[in-house]
Parts: sequence; structure tokens; C-alpha cells
Amino acid sequence: MNNFAIELQKINKSFGPVHANKDIDLKVSKGTIHGIIGENGAGKSTLMSILYGFYHADSGNILIDGNETTIKDSNAAIAAGIGMVHQHFMLVENFSILENIILGAEGGQLLNSGIANARSELKRLSDEYGLDVDPDAIIEDVPIGVQQRVEILKTLYRGADILILDEPTGVLTPAEADQLFEILELLKQQGKTIILITHKLREIMAITDDVSVMRRGEMVATRTTKETNVEELAELMVGRRVLLQVEKGPADPKDVVLKVENLNVRDGRGVPMVKDVSFEVRAGEIVGIAGVAGNGQSELMECITGIEHAESGRVILNGEPIGVTGSSDPSDMRDRGMAHVPEDRHHMGLVLPFEEAENSILGIHQRPEYNKGIFLDIENIRKDANEKIEKYDIRPPNNRLKTANFSGGNQQKIVIAREIETNPEVLIVGQPTRGVDVGAIEFIHRRIIEMRDAGKAILLISVELDEIRSLADRVLVMFDGKIVGERPPETEEGAFGLLMAGIEDGDSAHQNGEAG
Amino acid sequence: MEFFETIILVLQSTVRLSVPLIFAALAGLYSERSGVFDIGLEGKMLAGAFAGASVASLYESAFLGLVGAVVVSMAFALVHAFASITQRGNQIVSGVAINFVAAGATVILGQAWFRQGGRTPPLSSDAKFNAIELPFAAELADVPILGPIYSDLLSGHFALTYFAFALVPFTWWVLFRTRFGLRLRAVGENPAAVDTAGISVVWLRYRAVLCCGALCGFAGAYLSMAISAGFGKNMTAGSGFIALAALIFAKWKPVNVMLACLLFGLLNAMEIRLQGKELPVIGEIPVQFMQALPYILTVILLAGFIGKAIPPKAGGVPYVKER
Amino acid sequence: MAAPYAKLPKWVDYGLLPLINILVAFLISGLVVWLADESPLKAAGLLIKGAFGYGEGIGYTLFYATSFIFTGLSVAIAIHCGLFNIGSEGQAYIGGIGVALACLAFDSTLPWFLVFPIAIVGAAIFGALWAFIPAYLQAKRGSHIVITTIMFNFIAASLMIYLLVDVFKPDGTMAPQTRGFEAGGQLPRLDWLFGIFGIRTGAAPLNVSFILALLSAFIVWAIIWRTRLGYEIRTRGFSPTAAKYAGINEARVIIITMMISGGLAGMMALNPIMGDQHQMQLDFVAGAGFVGIAVALMGRNHPAGIIPAAILFGVLYQGGAEISFEMPNISRDMIVIIQGLVILFAGALENMFRPFIVMIFANLQRSGSSKALEAGE
Repeated sequence: MNNFAIELQKINKSFGPVHANKDIDLKVSKGTIHGIIGENGAGKSTLMSILYGFYHADSGNILIDGNETTIKDSNAAIAAGIGMVHQHFMLVENFSILENIILGAEGGQLLNSGIANARSELKRLSDEYGLDVDPDAIIEDVPIGVQQRVEILKTLYRGADILILDEPTGVLTPAEADQLFEILELLKQQGKTIILITHKLREIMAITDDVSVMRRGEMVATRTTKETNVEELAELMVGRRVLLQVEKGPADPKDVVLKVENLNVRDGRGVPMVKDVSFEVRAGEIVGIAGVAGNGQSELMECITGIEHAESGRVILNGEPIGVTGSSDPSDMRDRGMAHVPEDRHHMGLVLPFEEAENSILGIHQRPEYNKGIFLDIENIRKDANEKIEKYDIRPPNNRLKTANFSGGNQQKIVIAREIETNPEVLIVGQPTRGVDVGAIEFIHRRIIEMRDAGKAILLISVELDEIRSLADRVLVMFDGKIVGERPPETEEGAFGLLMAGIEDGDSAHQNGEAG
Repeated sequence: MEFFETIILVLQSTVRLSVPLIFAALAGLYSERSGVFDIGLEGKMLAGAFAGASVASLYESAFLGLVGAVVVSMAFALVHAFASITQRGNQIVSGVAINFVAAGATVILGQAWFRQGGRTPPLSSDAKFNAIELPFAAELADVPILGPIYSDLLSGHFALTYFAFALVPFTWWVLFRTRFGLRLRAVGENPAAVDTAGISVVWLRYRAVLCCGALCGFAGAYLSMAISAGFGKNMTAGSGFIALAALIFAKWKPVNVMLACLLFGLLNAMEIRLQGKELPVIGEIPVQFMQALPYILTVILLAGFIGKAIPPKAGGVPYVKER
Repeated sequence: MAAPYAKLPKWVDYGLLPLINILVAFLISGLVVWLADESPLKAAGLLIKGAFGYGEGIGYTLFYATSFIFTGLSVAIAIHCGLFNIGSEGQAYIGGIGVALACLAFDSTLPWFLVFPIAIVGAAIFGALWAFIPAYLQAKRGSHIVITTIMFNFIAASLMIYLLVDVFKPDGTMAPQTRGFEAGGQLPRLDWLFGIFGIRTGAAPLNVSFILALLSAFIVWAIIWRTRLGYEIRTRGFSPTAAKYAGINEARVIIITMMISGGLAGMMALNPIMGDQHQMQLDFVAGAGFVGIAVALMGRNHPAGIIPAAILFGVLYQGGAEISFEMPNISRDMIVIIQGLVILFAGALENMFRPFIVMIFANLQRSGSSKALEAGE
């Protein structure tokens, strides 16, 4: 008699030509926290979706508590005692917390009795696991951390013994993440089994009992967390020693090119996202902005590049103030020598149904070299596209191919090529290597350093601290819409971690209130 | 006193004119609250009206006619469901298609089967719905003020009329007090949440769209078997679209739907009443202006000048499981 | 991760699949004919004969097609911008005001070739203005353009009744229509042109606006695929966020596209008013705006597809008249059914047969490659 809560045997899953899961074996012991780590696209989410009945495995067995179980849909997974907290919350935003919790487990055709039961049960669960929520609050009004608690309560309400959490800290502040870990620890003590999917090594080391590593669809190793270390896991993840340090010489900063003064930006719902931010970027340096996703970096970047407008503050480019509070727009910023590699190439940086050549002029399509009167100069556009394809080694080298048919790395190269080839004074780069293969990462990093060495001002925004530390010459840390500190990149990771959690120098008591 | 009688008369026709709107707008509410837009209310009403009158005239039975209207309208709804849920097609396009198929088919089949220029044969009083006198209506008619209100305004309507008004609180109850309603509202806002809760998005939306079909059938039956005795070519005359406008005007809420339909019904009643009459101060209002008023009001609402009409968040978007 | 559809050869994607969809639409229409106690085959024969059997039929077919090219282009250009303009019907109706005003003002003083350009501009301006309000509301206030354009169709209908009854109708007449136009308000027919090819179009009202329609199709093609504006339209149509990133003024593109769309719809009014009736009558659009939806979907929003699709609907309208003459059970309303079915199968259900075709092609390729293997060995 084993005591595995979950045992997966030889799970296979393909999407067309992509073999997302290859002969996956996994054993998760009861009452433990088991981490699954791997890069984006390693197949972690696919595996968990199979376990939760979202996808069906092409072959393989699933054993729950030692019994072979067929999980044909989410219902079967719930019946088998599996609960899942998705990366993107599965909540109905205009429903109350209570309504969200009973959805799918209403306990009868009519809501009356079910709701009453749910209310008392929710109270019990909240008390037992320290998951305090107001059952009548509307989801869209409560902070992200509370929304996540609701997701956990949903699974517990359905009697889940096995909880799967998919990248649960991606949207949390470090303080919120710590709270989550406390909750998970409590759940473990109560006998629940937890699977934690993440690509963050720190979390694995901090909370898990065991860890399994996935790479390119395969399960490459399982370790007891105590007996492994960050270096070994990182090596297992990427398959070779990670090149954390990019080769680069010292920076030679010159004049200030981009200056941001007291910038305030609200998002579409009117929530202040950037609060009184000031900094400057000089020619010949890379300034990195580190921070947990969702702390205002996106809004800051979109405001500087003219996509969204600021509420107040100033942006000065080459000594000239930009109308960030009203009149600025992206093409104006490009004309002033700014280039922008956006965070989201699928929705923003590229038009996926377009031919490669059409994307190679997105945003610069109104420049005279691509136009003849009101018409586009298609011949020149194709010639230009071919030059970039060659220079940036974009594959396949076909400017008529639909952009959607290029790999992630090559799509990103299309964007990078377009932006760098405008020969900008300032380059704003967001998440340059998200979802990009290792080869392309090196290529892209080298290009960015070359730009710096050519005397350009570069603002790099990334949620990957490693990327920031290896590329930037100065690092600003953003938390809750504010720049909370500046450090040289050599600063140790832990110190950055504290800053990213909003704990400023000599003021360790100052913490963001909403987490409480 | 004459003024009072006029008001009673106008209100009476307001009720009469708003009933098909209430049926159709509530129909749209079920569908759109589940995330399936439906601009095919008009077509389904028309098909229901035709089927109802045809069956009723064949079997000399109002009840069978009603069943026919509901069944045929639901069949059209099923097509819409298949196109927009199963095939994940464009819901607007599907709705447009249904309107045309219904507009053409009712005339062609009507002409082929009955040979009366697209009309169905006039229904006998057994084959149609008749007005119901509420108890003591005649006795109370002479009581001042309350008498006419009771016997002329509240009494003397069709069973379908009372049913339509009863459907308003019923729909509210279904939506906010039953499991089906909770899930229906959820699937219109975030189908992924419903899916991960182990509920079939497809089946849920199918049921919502079928509810929509059934209610459009009632709307059609009311037109061809209650206020008139038989089907006439294009007899809905845009009321499916007015119902759609009312649904938006009501911001997808059941009680508001009734109020919006009564408002649009009132405009229609006044338009008939005011035709060719000079009003003090404003003079004669062109009939066409009154006709266009529901549409103009809806546009003004949509423009955000009077509140904001926020549709169900997942409306119009087919649910795709893959992420 | 999962590719939703396997790739198919281009000719299957743009040729075979649409053809199958249209075919199914016609098969079901045949079923309706059969339900109406008539022979679908005979009806099809009458249809072809009525539309192509004699010169006048051809003339009428192309006369109807002229209107549908305009409205099809109108719907298509809006779709390229991600906008579903259901309002072509109303925009065409209002466009008539521009034509009527030009003709009423100049028909007795100027020759047709001078009135025509004024009428074109008038039609386009009035159609564009009617599209402007929904476009503005969409662009600036986020009002759903599908709903507003539906509403505007009804508002246009009421407005036009009012104008024709109370404003345009000459005193002392009963019918709600303008006075008849003099020679300057009458477009020349194209009988001479077709005469060259030995086709006598007889009394068919096919007129020079047909040539304008073909020219418009070419211009629309050039706008969408060859101009900077077209590039911006398509960018916004595929991805509003990418358009924003690219510095494309979204509101401007939406409004310009819709005004072009409305202008094209408005120009449809030239064909019946100046080309045929020589006066503005009630309901002269007669559903052509809605046919435009079917035409655009069937023609896959490409002018090269829209012209044949418009001609097909011209065939249906003209041949349908022939059918209703011979088969009293099958009135012109049959076309409305076909129109609906085409919209259903070419639009909402466009991918219904795709998995089936993909399967066939996968099998073909497998047997093909295994044969190649065998040959190699």
C-alpha cells in the first residue's frame, strides 16, 4: 500500500505536431507540497489541465489515492477530490464571493437553502484555514489576494483533498505571496495535498517538500527539496548551466535623454497605477525597472510610449517636454526617436494574421520610405523586410508568410528588428524574452547591449529579476505604482526581493496595506 | 371625464401593444444573459406567428396553435444555438440569417399551403385566443375611476397577456433565485469560470437559447392568434427589433424590461392616438417621429447620455476551451 | 498551443469551402421549393433561363447586381475594420436624398453627365453622414455599432416616409414620391455597350451606374490593400491594441471607414433613382442593403469575390421574377430565404464542413505520401 495522493503513469499529450507531454510519470505523496517547475512552455500547465479534466491524455493512467481514475471532465476531477486554482482566476467579477463559491455546487435547484448552508460552511472554512473573506463582497471590488483566497475556498468548499495551484504568485506582491504560503502550510498540516506549479525557484525552495522538473514536455527529475539546491534545479530546467551573466563592458553614460518627472497614471477603471514616478535615463546606459507584475510597470511603459495618457506629470525627451497628459501619441513618440518593444507581442507588437512584411512596418508605416502618396510602396517594404530577415536571422526567411506561423522567438525578432532598425535615441523594452527560446534570448540580449554601446538610452522593464540584473546598469524597483528604490545590479537577490515587496530602506514596517 | 376615458383607452392599447415586446424582450434576456447575442428575435416571432396560425387553422385549436408556434420558434433558436455555440460562428450573422429565412419562408409556405397571398385563413374564435373577463368586470364598470380601471384596463385581456406579465417576476425569480439562473448569469459573464466548476457551457447556453425560442413563439402566437385572427405577411413589422431595443434600454434586467416595453408600447399607442391631431404648443407631431422614437431613445441610451448600458461581458464571444 | 484548424491549400480555403457552403444553401432552398409543391429542378431551370436566357434578362440581372455591388462593398470595407455595418440599408435610403436633390436642382438645366457627378457626390455624402453618427458613437462613446446601425435603419425609414410625404411630394399628387426627373436626371442605359457583343438588353434598366459600381470595386480593392489608410483599417480590424500601439488614431479610422462604407451604400441609390425610376419613390432600396451582407460574406469581403456574388444575387432577383411568373407559389420572397441561407452557411456556419474537408485531405495526403514511399522503394 503506497501513500501517493496522485500517481501519473506514462501520460502523453500532443497538440498537432507539438508533443506537449511525453511519457510523464509523477508521484505525489499525500499531505505534502509538491512543486512542479519548468520554463514557460515546458508542459506543466498541459499536464495539470489533464489532471483537472480540461484536456484528455492521448495515453497513460491517472491514479488517485492508488485507484485508477478516469477524468473525463472537470466534474470528474472535482468528484475525485481535485481542486484547481488557475493562473487567471475563474471568477465571475460581478458576483458576490458567496455566489462564486457555490457556482457549480449549489446544492439543489433553488438557491435559498444552498446559500444558507454555504454561508455557514464558508464561515467554518474561513476560520479553519485562516482564509478571511466577506461573503457578500463583490469580486471586482476586492484585491487580487482576496480573489485568490476565494479560489482556494472554492476548491475546499467542494471538498478537495488535492489542490493544484498554477503560478499562484504571478499576480501577487511578495507580501501577499508570503501570506499564501502560510495558508498552504496550514492546508498541508490539515492533511491536504498541494501541487504548486511555478517557474520561480525561490518559491520551490521556500515551501515545497518535493520538486519535479519539466523540460520540453518531459519530466526530467524529481528531487526532495531539502536535498537539492537552486543551481541544480536551474540546470535541470534549462538543460545546461544558465548563463546568468551576459558579457558586457562597463557603461559609459552621457547626457540625459529621457526624463520622467512626477508621473501619475490611472488605468482604464480609474485606479491609480503609477504614483509620482520620477527617473532619468542617459544615453549609453540601460536602466532596468524590476518588480512583480502588476505594480504599474505596464502603465508606466504605455504612458511613456504615448499609448495611454497620464493624469499628471512630465516626460521630457531630448530636452523637449512631451504632452503625456493629453496630446502625445505613439507615432509622435516614434518621430521623436523613441522605439518600443511591447510586453505583449501577440496583441500589441504584431498583427498575427498579417504577412511578415506588413508587420515589419507596423507603427512606422507612415514614413515616407514606405509610401508613395496615399499608396504604400510595397516593393520597398518587401525589400526592407528581407534585409531585416537576413540581419536578424528570422526564420523561415519568407516575408509573405503569415506572422502567426512563426515561432515565438522569431516573432519577437520581427518586433526587435523593426524597432531597433528605426535607429532610435531611446528604446523602451518590455519583457523582451517572454516565451522565447534560449537561443533567441541570447541573440536579443546581445542586440540590446549593442544598442547601449552605440550610445542609445534604454529602459528595460521585466518581471524576470535575473534578466534585469544581467542586462541593466542601474536597477529601479517598482512597487505599488511607486519607484521604491534604486540599486546597482550587483546587489544581492534578497535585497531586491525586499524592495520588490515594498520594504524600503530602514523602514521595514512600511508595507502595502491592501495585503492585510 | 372624457379625458380620463382617453387615458384608459391609451393605457389599454399600451398594454395590448407591449405584450409581444415583453415576450420577445424577455426571450432575448435569457439568451443574451447567457452570452449569446440574438438579433433574430424578429425572425423567430414571425416564424412562431406563422406556425401558430397555420396549426390553429388546421386543427381548429388555439392550444395546438400555441404549441406549434413555440416548437417552430424553438427550432429556429436551435439553428442559432448550433451556429453560435457549437460552430462558434458569428452570432450577429446567424441572427441576421434567421430573420431573412423566417421572413421568406413564412410567405412562400403560406402561399403554397393556403393560397391567400401569404396570409393564413382567418381563425375562428375557437382557434384563437379570446379576451377574458375578470370576475365582476361588468358589475364594477360603473364605479367611478376604479371601475374603468378594473373592467377596462385590467380585465378583458387575453390569457397570454396575463401570462406575459406573470413572466416578468417569474424570470426575475429564475434568474436570481434558482441554480439555473445563477449559472446562466455566470456563463454570460465568464464562461471559463462555469466550465472549471464542472458545468457544461454548451448545454447551459443551449438551454438559454431554447428558452429564448420558446418565448419568441409566445410572442408570435400573441400576434397571429390573439390580437389578430391569422397570419399576415411580415406582421411583426420590426417589433422584434423594438424588443431588442427595449432589452438594451432595460440594461438586461427583467423588471426594467417590462417597464421599457410598456414605455415603447405607450409611444406606439400615443402615435396611433395622436395621428393627425394638433397638440397645444408643439402643434402636430409627425407620426414618423413617434414611430422612430423607441429607436432614437435607444441610440441616446447607447451613447451613454442616460446611464450606461453594459451588456453581459462574455456576450457575442464564442467560448473556446483552449487557452 | 492547439492549432484549431489544420492548414488547407489556398484553393480549398478560398474556393472549395465557400462553394460547398453556397451549394448547401441552395440545396436547402430547393427543399423549400419542394415543400411549396413545386419542382426544384424546374425552378432552377427557370432561374437560369430568366437570368441568362435572353438579353433583357441579362440586363436586369446586371441591373440588380449593380445595387448589390455597392452594398456588398459597403459591408465588406466595414468588416475589414472589424465593424459590422448592418446599416447599409438605411444609408442607401438616405443616400437617395443626395441623388434626388441633385436631380431636382439640375435636371432641366444640365446634361446627365454633369448631373451624374453631382449626384454621386450627393449620394455619397448623405450616405456617409448617416453612417457618421453610429461611427462617431462607436468611436467616441463605445456604443455597439451593430445595434446603432439597426436602429438607424428604422430611423431612416421613418425619416424618409416623412420627407417623401411631407417635403418631396409635389402638391396635388397622392403618391409619396418626388416629381419625375427631366433628361438631365436620367442616366443613359448600357444597351449600346451590350449591343456590341450582340446582346439586346431591351427594356432592362441597366445603366452607367453599373460601370461606376465596377470602378468602385476596384477603388475599394486599392484602398484596402494598397493604401496606407487600408493598412490602418486592416490593422484595427485584426487587432485594436496593435493599432493603438502603432499610433493609429482608432476613432479616426473607424469614422473614415464607416463614412466610406456609408458613402458606398449611398451610391447604390443612383441605380434605382437616376438609372431606372427617374424619381425617388418610397422604399426604393428594397432590401439591397441587407443583400449586401450576404454578398460580402459570400465574396469573402474581397471585391473580386463581391462582384460575382452580387451577380449571383442579380440572377436570383431576375430569375426569381421569372419563376414567380411561371410558378405562382414561388414568389420573390424565395430570394429572401436564399439570402438568409447564404448568410447562414457562408457566414455563421462557414467552418461547418471544414473538419470534414480536412479529414479528406489528410487521407489524400497520407495515401499520396505512402504511394510516394512505395515508389521510392
